[in-house]
Amino acid sequence: MTTDKRHIISILVENEFGSLSRIAGLFSARGYNIHCLSVAPTSDDSISRMTLVTYCNEAKASQLMKQLDKLVDVINVKDLTDETHIEREMLLLKVKSTLKQRDELKRLTDIFRARIIDVTDTTYTIELTGPSEKILAFIDSLGKIKIIEQVRSGALGISRGSESLEIKK
Amino acid sequence: MKLSGSEIIIESLKKEGVEYIFGYPGGAVLHIYDALFAAEKIKHVLVRHEQGATHAADGYARACNKPGVVLVTSGPGITNCVTGIATAHMDSIPMIVISGQVSRQYVGSDAFQEADATGITRPICKHNFLINDRESIAETFRKAFIIATTGRPGPVIIDIPKDLTDPKVKINFEYKKNIKIRSYNIKKLESDEKIKDAAKLICSAKKPMIYAGGGVILGKASNELVKLTKHLNFPITNTLMGLGAYPSSDKQFLGMLGMHGTYEANMAMHDCDVLLAIGARFDDRVTGDTNQFCPKAKIIHIDIDPSSISKIIEVDHSLIGDTKQILKKLLDHTKYFKKDINKDALSKWWRKINSWQKKKCLSYKKSTKVIKPQSVIETLHKITKGKSFVTSDVGQHQMWVAQYYKFDKPNRWINSGGLGTMGFGLPAAIGAQLAYPREQVLCVTGEASILMCIQELSTCLQYGLPIKIITLNNRYMGMVRQWQEFFYEGRYAMSYMDAIPNFAQLAESFGHIGMVIDKPKDLEKDLTHALSHKNRLVFVDVITDETENVYPMIMSGKGHHEMHLAPSANEDIELA
Ligand SMILES: Cc1ncc(C[n+]2csc(CCOP(=O)(O)OP(=O)(O)O)c2C)c(N)n1
Ligand SMILES: [Mg+2]
Repeated sequence: MTTDKRHIISILVENEFGSLSRIAGLFSARGYNIHCLSVAPTSDDSISRMTLVTYCNEAKASQLMKQLDKLVDVINVKDLTDETHIEREMLLLKVKSTLKQRDELKRLTDIFRARIIDVTDTTYTIELTGPSEKILAFIDSLGKIKIIEQVRSGALGISRGSESLEIKK
Repeated sequence: MKLSGSEIIIESLKKEGVEYIFGYPGGAVLHIYDALFAAEKIKHVLVRHEQGATHAADGYARACNKPGVVLVTSGPGITNCVTGIATAHMDSIPMIVISGQVSRQYVGSDAFQEADATGITRPICKHNFLINDRESIAETFRKAFIIATTGRPGPVIIDIPKDLTDPKVKINFEYKKNIKIRSYNIKKLESDEKIKDAAKLICSAKKPMIYAGGGVILGKASNELVKLTKHLNFPITNTLMGLGAYPSSDKQFLGMLGMHGTYEANMAMHDCDVLLAIGARFDDRVTGDTNQFCPKAKIIHIDIDPSSISKIIEVDHSLIGDTKQILKKLLDHTKYFKKDINKDALSKWWRKINSWQKKKCLSYKKSTKVIKPQSVIETLHKITKGKSFVTSDVGQHQMWVAQYYKFDKPNRWINSGGLGTMGFGLPAAIGAQLAYPREQVLCVTGEASILMCIQELSTCLQYGLPIKIITLNNRYMGMVRQWQEFFYEGRYAMSYMDAIPNFAQLAESFGHIGMVIDKPKDLEKDLTHALSHKNRLVFVDVITDETENVYPMIMSGKGHHEMHLAPSANEDIELA
């Protein structure tokens, strides 16, 4: 048995009701975990694009790709993991900001190229996009600053270069 | 042509060539039933429980390779179908289930008889639809039939809200045969090159083995399988689902493989150097311990479903596509490579196989006092000359039919292999008998299983179906008792069938003929008599040896070479 590895998978699926639960159901029925999942319509609004991250070994990953492809609603599916690709995730973070912490927070947001998008007398809300590692590094760097609320979009992925996930003819 | 939603449903079914609908009415489908009342070409079979409808449609599909069609109401109607849909799904049987749904305005409000049909059935079907507008009814039906019958077949559910079937609202009807489902692609035939490579590998074998499953029957590829096997003079085994795909009476046939397979089939699997797997899915009841599965073999796998390849066992060479087409091409290519076959090695391999066959692993101790269950199946085979359609339920009786009723043709053996559904046998026999009204249809069952869908005896009377039901009545859930004997030190927890009804009288009260056979000397004569009733259903309650076990057997977690043979069959044979 090989060890588990992170797999980031892109799926084009008919934007019909039930499609999402078919995919989510496949994961639970076949014993895969969904680490994160994002879904939204594409430029053709009859098609949705999903990006999904799961951890599993090679044999299970290859079986998963076949099972996803077998779903009648799935138009195309691709494991981006082993090809050059770009990943982005968005973080919305509400933190406590006492007067003393404001400078430090401002400095950290600058270093990570994050943005402060809402302010109250006791809180900051910060927006950050980047690969998942960057998001985690940012959260780590906050140290003693108290996080009130954390919202992550989950990873989005796209291949580099002219490669694309096509609608199979 | 302007039609109502209900009429569109009926017209669509006609366009698909549907002959029978197995169904049960209720509020949400009354409009559809009203339209059906006027339809002449389609016959409706009223079952007595919706589970029966699904199994009957399934049995019909298995017997004649056409999709079975079910019509049920919302709520309890569709929930009663769950077991039957899952049964069909596990064995890849084409089926269309039409379920009524509450009107669109009530969906999601916990309305009377509302159930989330698509949600409930999603993991147990190939695909399902909830129709949202009248305009898409016809197209959805066409799509459903395409999906159910092409690629790896399976059940498709169409859930339709009642308001869409309103007889007063009529729209234009057009049935387009050629529609494309952009997200549904069947793989094109494998390249010639890959098939050629497989042929070469096959012909390089010194100890070849062919392992063929239900995919050969579903793919109507039996003739091609026979031709290839004969051409190569290779040994062949069939899975439980594949029985009949290759004639059991042929000398190249080694019997079924797996947990209750023959000694020779399992030993040949263990020792072979090239395995050709065709339309089979390496089920755990077939492989035994996967770490010890065919340890010396290069494996070639032919299957229509890419997700079957290397799912359980990593294979060396795969050919994805229609089994019939691939086997045809494979035969052509092996003709070219046949000269490479090492004839001496092959004869040596056959001699080895013949030595395994000498163990006579299916022999059993005869008796003049109690009826041995195996002898019932052998007698049935003798009387029917092996030509009947035989359905079964699940348990020891199922394995004995698989072992002793030597099927020579595909589609004759109808059983729930994947899900193992007790209650399948009688309704499945209804489907098979309707598909072939003039053929002999037997339902071999157990006294426990038959009670799970016994109500269908009433359906049989209504449609005059002359099915012959034979219970191997061992007063136990025999298969459960066998496992308790082997693995639970004989503690027979809840496996004794207490308060068993008098089946003969029960059948009589349903309007059929009931019989009991309890003496070995009466067996052949009475069975012959029972089967001679041309137009009546006869329920034959055969009282069999309650201690008999199914042998040979591979205990779970063991390899093919670690079989147990019947202890009493042949005293000088040791456990392998
Ligand atoms: C619906 C269902 N429930 C439970 C089981 C588990 N099970 C498998 S075989 C069996 C006993 C069957 O008894 P019987 O019909 O008398 O057949 P026998 O084994 O005695 O031939 C049971 C309970 C099953 N396969 N299906
Ligand atoms: Mg029994």
